[in-house]
Amino acid sequence: MNASMPVRHTQAESDLFERFETSKSALSGSVAVTALREAAVDQIRDRGLPHRRVEEYKYSDLRAFLKSAAPLSESADVAAAKAVLDAQDSYGELERYRIVVANGVYLPELSDTDALAGEGVTITGLNEALAGEHGAQLLSSPKSALNDGLITLNTAFVQGGVIVDAAEGVSLSKPVELVQVATSRGAQVTRNKVTVGKGAKLRLLETFAGDSGQGEINSVFDYTVADNAFLATTRLIIGGGDAARLFTTIATLGAEAEFKSLGFIAGPRFTRNQQFINFTGENSEAKIYGVTMAGGDDLADQTLIVDHAVPHCNSREFFKTVLDGRSKGVYQGRINVAQHAQKTDGEMMTQALLLSEEAEMANKPELEIFADDVICAHGATSGQIDEDLLFYLRARGIPEAEAKTLLVLAFLSEAIEEYDEDDVTEGLESRVRDWLAGH
Amino acid sequence: MLEIKNLHARIAEDETEILRGVDLTVKPGEVHAIMGPNGSGKSTLSYVLAGKDDYEITEGEVLFNGENMLEMEPDERAAAGMFLAFQYPIEIPGVATMEFLKTAMNAQRKARGEDALSIPDFMKRVKAAANHLNVSMDMLKRPLNVGFSGGEKKRAEILQMSLLEPSLCVLDETDSGLDIDALRVVSEGVNKLRSPDRAMVVITHYQRLLDHIVPDVVHVLSKGKIVKSGDKDLALELEKNGYADFVDAA
Repeated sequence: MNASMPVRHTQAESDLFERFETSKSALSGSVAVTALREAAVDQIRDRGLPHRRVEEYKYSDLRAFLKSAAPLSESADVAAAKAVLDAQDSYGELERYRIVVANGVYLPELSDTDALAGEGVTITGLNEALAGEHGAQLLSSPKSALNDGLITLNTAFVQGGVIVDAAEGVSLSKPVELVQVATSRGAQVTRNKVTVGKGAKLRLLETFAGDSGQGEINSVFDYTVADNAFLATTRLIIGGGDAARLFTTIATLGAEAEFKSLGFIAGPRFTRNQQFINFTGENSEAKIYGVTMAGGDDLADQTLIVDHAVPHCNSREFFKTVLDGRSKGVYQGRINVAQHAQKTDGEMMTQALLLSEEAEMANKPELEIFADDVICAHGATSGQIDEDLLFYLRARGIPEAEAKTLLVLAFLSEAIEEYDEDDVTEGLESRVRDWLAGH
Repeated sequence: MLEIKNLHARIAEDETEILRGVDLTVKPGEVHAIMGPNGSGKSTLSYVLAGKDDYEITEGEVLFNGENMLEMEPDERAAAGMFLAFQYPIEIPGVATMEFLKTAMNAQRKARGEDALSIPDFMKRVKAAANHLNVSMDMLKRPLNVGFSGGEKKRAEILQMSLLEPSLCVLDETDSGLDIDALRVVSEGVNKLRSPDRAMVVITHYQRLLDHIVPDVVHVLSKGKIVKSGDKDLALELEKNGYADFVDAA
């Protein structure tokens, strides 16, 4: 621990302590929650923000990146949130239900609360629950994520979020978009807890709208997928701006459960999308996909730990990264297989396409296996656009820029197609084109 | 249509000279065959014409309809009417064949200032061309050239050629890897495209392709130069006696 102890606090860290002093009376929570918040701030005081000498953050030094920390965003009014949503709709015509969280606070006025209730899905604001008797339980972390720097930062400052409960056996006719809106500058810190009951099916779309200025966006999504349940989550992390985007997934899977996720990153200056997947019941499956595009001086990090604590579960991880400019891509994937987790099948692949000489990819697939009867494989590649492919397309009359676009799309589409949620990923092709045209 | 004058080209990377003064004039409607032993520069000539940047032109010029073709980008050459049927068509995973065909056709149309094809018009053209070449629609649903057999790849090249309607077709060893039936289908496809406005340069090792695609002129390329030209009987002569006489002459 000594190695990770900062000698003195950075400006951003000092700002965070000040932010806590200013905001703590307004931040909700029971006595136990407040104690957790204070412990989290103490941890930041002791260890500093996550930095390169902490193994998990070796390639994504948040401490070096954050020059300052903005105050927390103030509470949003409904009209302002609606204006941002009207201007920035991530899914256009797609039929879906919507849950709106603005500046960290659940807005039932803009959410399809009644319609969802009719489908067997209840929504409550996180804040009421944090103030309740079991509030502290809402902020618990699995073993693989204990003391993680982003979660700690989240616990200290969490402003709110939603609790989504899909009752046993429900199968929603439409996907549910959980959109987090910034109506003013300032940090946005949320925690969302989603439970998919036994045999239920839910497809979640996670989007972000508005501009938080220099304020970081820190969201934790805590999913419980009960026995025989299904959850697919598509997370879009898109756009410019200097704000750090810090996302954490915690997924706990029961028996015979299926969990799929796609993390799509295009454009932010600093992004970390980290996932902790935990199997707690047998015969379950997790499929984790990542599509990342970074250019300029961007850093984009996709990190995950899949914990096979029980036998007979399958996991598949497939990540694609396209880098341009002086950007840096990070993939860290670890599959843990406990001693008694026999018959585990884990397969991890990460592939990067470098469009410039100066872009850099750090691929770190890891397997930690204590069981002896398992199938686990991992692979990592980094390469450039194949000149022969490019020439072939150009020889057919396709101009160079379009030919490159086709090849980038082809590269990324392998992961998107395998994710197999065509109706919700349909629009991603134009996102890729926009990014290629605009970064 | 095509005038190649004293063309010298070398491999950019190691400066090995491959073409050492090629002269060739092809008029509209003509079919020229270029034959030659391995390493004579046949494929290099086709790549240089299509604009592959692995080669450096050190001397000479190439005029395509009077314009300096060496100054043009590969896609500009294609839009101007140049088509190379690759000896080894490239597999492109993730790019659907239909999408590719539509993109290529519309890119060329755009470069020529024409409107994009409507979907029904595009489909009609593809279906007609595929039918003639015995290409199944199922094959066109796959990624470009991925998992195609050798024969399927060559048929797909000719399909592209008929859809793109070039004025100059360069066929680089289109017969390689084809069995007799596939050779017939491909040759018929090529012959259908013969027209008074269109020229073809057919590069081949073997005379047998020229039984199907009968050339107006046959050239022998050796050590980067055309060392002999004649009518179609020259090909028969080569088949009988081999290249040895010409290789020595060069």
